[in-house]
Amino acid sequence: MESSVDAPPVDGEEGTSVGAGTAGVRLEGVTKRFGTFEAVKDMDLEIADGEFFTMLGPSGCGKTTTLRMIAGFEQPTEGKVLIDGDNVAGQPAYKRPTNTVFQSYALFPHMNLEENVGFGLKRKKVGKAEIKKRVADELERVGLSRDAKRKPAQLSGGQQQRVALARALVNLPKVLLLDEPLGALDLKLRKGLQVQLKTIQRDVGITFVYVTHDQEEALTMSDRIAVMNAGRIEQCAGPEDVYERPETTFVAGFIGVSNLLPAVATGPNEVKLDSGETIPTGDASRFSSGDRCYAVVRPEKLTATTSGVAPSDRPSIDGVVETSLYLGNSTQMTVDVGNDVKMKVLIPNASEAERQDLPGGGSRVKLSWTAENMHLVRESPEEAAGADPIDPTDNNTEGVTK
Amino acid sequence: MKAWTWLREHAVLFTGILVIFYMLAPIAIIALFSFNDPVGRFNFEWAGFTTQYWQHPFAVTELTDSLLVSIRLAFMTAIGATILGTLIAIALVRYQFLGRRAANLLIVIPMATPEVVIGASLLSMFLVYGAKLGFGTLLIAHIMFSISFVVVVVRSRLIGFDRRLEEASADLGASAFTTFRTITLPLIAPGVASAAMLSFALSIDDFVISNFNAGSEVTFPLYIFGANQRGIPVEVNVIATMLFTVTIIAMLAVIIQQRRAEKMAEKREEEATSSVASLPA
Repeated sequence: MESSVDAPPVDGEEGTSVGAGTAGVRLEGVTKRFGTFEAVKDMDLEIADGEFFTMLGPSGCGKTTTLRMIAGFEQPTEGKVLIDGDNVAGQPAYKRPTNTVFQSYALFPHMNLEENVGFGLKRKKVGKAEIKKRVADELERVGLSRDAKRKPAQLSGGQQQRVALARALVNLPKVLLLDEPLGALDLKLRKGLQVQLKTIQRDVGITFVYVTHDQEEALTMSDRIAVMNAGRIEQCAGPEDVYERPETTFVAGFIGVSNLLPAVATGPNEVKLDSGETIPTGDASRFSSGDRCYAVVRPEKLTATTSGVAPSDRPSIDGVVETSLYLGNSTQMTVDVGNDVKMKVLIPNASEAERQDLPGGGSRVKLSWTAENMHLVRESPEEAAGADPIDPTDNNTEGVTK
Repeated sequence: MKAWTWLREHAVLFTGILVIFYMLAPIAIIALFSFNDPVGRFNFEWAGFTTQYWQHPFAVTELTDSLLVSIRLAFMTAIGATILGTLIAIALVRYQFLGRRAANLLIVIPMATPEVVIGASLLSMFLVYGAKLGFGTLLIAHIMFSISFVVVVVRSRLIGFDRRLEEASADLGASAFTTFRTITLPLIAPGVASAAMLSFALSIDDFVISNFNAGSEVTFPLYIFGANQRGIPVEVNVIATMLFTVTIIAMLAVIIQQRRAEKMAEKREEEATSSVASLPA
């Protein structure tokens, strides 16, 4: 609270000012049903004190429902919600030590900014003078001191979002819940506020639970990310792990673009692709020999060379270039490697001459990569059970990545 | 030829003026005849100009008494119907319960039922229960038929209400009652206020239902109806004109205030958009 945004945060410094008032969150076997629909399925989750935790997933994956159960707007059908070790399941929202920043801002239109931000403190029967001071400090933090007497309708979307943040933070909640807080803003403003949010979080040290469907936003800001799908957490790990070492086809597809090759694990560091090749991989230890899996390699980790000249120490497969798309800073190639599998290759446009040299449509190419850049993922449970199995040629990414 | 073109181009204007004249002529006549100095009992023929009735508008005691009864009745009706109607509207919009759809439908039935039927039914009900006809029965009757209108007005306001605001309030530590008092009520207040005014107007205007259930009580419309048999005193015109004037002034005040608020909002919006770029570091 004491330090302001203006003080530059020291990079890498951890838990700088974790206040005594913050706390972790734990979900134990939480299930939420709406009628017959199971929005959240038997979820276990541990969020550490002072962590910037993100729940990421497509709409309808249960992330917002989970957040609303922590806030108290929804009560779990089964299971426990623990904040600071106390089970709050069943407790109404107004009794919980959490505050929420809503996507729609939900500012009170009939109150000015000062009254909006002071609303929570007034409910807690904080003294008038102290309310005034803390509200002023908080508006200062978000850079809206000049507008204290204005009504929300007089502000732009970005400003309103900052008021919503101030209104929540001023109460020094143990946990701050953010429900797609930047979802309604345009890209440029969003980028600015992402940095601001992260700075504020490091500054106040409060546990942030952040919900978004924007993978880039999640990767930028989070300490840890829970990737959710169909009411379950598919993977819960740091941004790098989630991106570099996805565990399921869903995670691999939802975060970034992935090339999925259907395969069978054949050894601790070896996999046999359905197309016939047996190749070395980075981490097959989670699979035992004979398990069905997918081999994943990111487009930017692939090198395309004209057939026959691939370095022999690198695993590779052959294919035919289908299309080559100029994307400005890079070129994206789609390569047909047979068996209905199409691989995306991303080649940075480092030099114009090199770009002119790239194999064009119809050329035979060899795609190669280093063994540690290939990971094995298991098929996402929902997809395995579902009537509509994923199509690996589509990489399961269209529509969710940009 | 030129004149004909001019006339054709302004046809809409002339039609409009004629329609407005048609609508306002009776009211103008009432106002005009409040300055009449009638010969005999009936104030239907222009006999000469006088301001004597304007100098003593409340000279006729029965008329003044009936007006006071009507105002008191309308006031109490507005309060009773607004409270009950608002609560019903909240229940209908906010809560899921058995028979909610039926209640939604039933609530508008009094609006569609002929007043004569409501009046007669109320009377027979009062007689069955042995209620003494008078101010009390009038109040019950008036609240009863006003509730539907209140419900309809407040309900539309509630339907457009952003529930997230109430969640935000709860999230900030406000109990259900505090949320209602500090968030919900202030935001639906315009709807509640117009519902109150509407029920006031409905009550002060009602004749048919009151005629059945008034007993010996005389409201303003009942008095005028009775007086019509023997000749309406000019004071009726005076008071009617006064009521009309007060209403017009009130309406103008509301319109002017709204215009001003709109202009202010527009101005602020411009300012807000111009300061979007000023993000703090």
